[in-house]
Amino acid sequence: MSLSDQDVFAKVQEVLEEALGVDEDEVTPHATIGEDLGAESIDYLDISFRLEKAFGIKIGESEMFDPSILSDPKFVQDGKVTDAGLTALRAKMPHADIDAFAQDPEVDKLGDVFTVAMVCKFIKSKLG
Amino acid sequence: MRWLWLDRILELDKAKRCVAIRNVTAAEDVLHDHFAPGKASDAHGFNGGPTGCAIGTVHPAYPVMPNSLIIEGFAQTAGILTGHANDFKEKVILAKIGKAVFTGISATPGYTLRHTAEIVQLDDRGSSTQGIVEIIDPADPGAPPKPLASIEMMFSHVDQNMQGLEFPEENFVFTDQFMDLLKRSGVK
Repeated sequence: MSLSDQDVFAKVQEVLEEALGVDEDEVTPHATIGEDLGAESIDYLDISFRLEKAFGIKIGESEMFDPSILSDPKFVQDGKVTDAGLTALRAKMPHADIDAFAQDPEVDKLGDVFTVAMVCKFIKSKLG
Repeated sequence: MRWLWLDRILELDKAKRCVAIRNVTAAEDVLHDHFAPGKASDAHGFNGGPTGCAIGTVHPAYPVMPNSLIIEGFAQTAGILTGHANDFKEKVILAKIGKAVFTGISATPGYTLRHTAEIVQLDDRGSSTQGIVEIIDPADPGAPPKPLASIEMMFSHVDQNMQGLEFPEENFVFTDQFMDLLKRSGVK
């Protein structure tokens, strides 16, 4: 059974409310998981587990985000993601809006791509 | 888990469920630094007061095991369950307490706490677990255990999730005292 965009968003919203203890109205499509919803590093594992359960899917360790990109000097120089790094991010994270990030590709701003909408897009891609 | 807060493992079903007990004793100093206010017992004999007392009895303040240490007992139970799932090869660290809801029953000396933890999800990164803590009255072994808390917890396999940080090679989580607990509980 395929889920509509609205169904996916509603479930993601519920997962984020439970995992992060935030209110429903805080979980908007443009809200960032870290900055706006206050997720800490360990929350991402919690969110991943809850998404797997809610949608009956399996999420690989580096599937939503591969941190190895940021530790490769080819991809990060002087605190910024290089063109090669942006290409790698686009390839590994087709669900993320890398074009917007590319305007000012500071590593510290990469968290901005982790929005609720990104999670929904990722889930839709997993559901096929 | 560098200190032991459980007395015995009763059941350990690999990657599924672990049941452990912890006796509450007046010999523990911590109880005498942690008091619950005196209250009248309700029809169930509880109402936040000492377990098993007559209805309407008014109690003075009395020592109880703090809820934080009850959570620790559950964490050790669920941590052992998570560690055992991978034959204690992973360093299992309590990562997050998702929920800990207490019923209001106090854990007073002379009673036994029973922790039942179940795996909800388990993979290379860690586990999510859930379960309950119940209180048993040894003076009334036929009586059903009374619910004390329901808890959800997540554990991280620290070597998998903290890339870039170095940890000791030996498993500092599951020390000899935990292995002794498993042995004397008859866990293979």
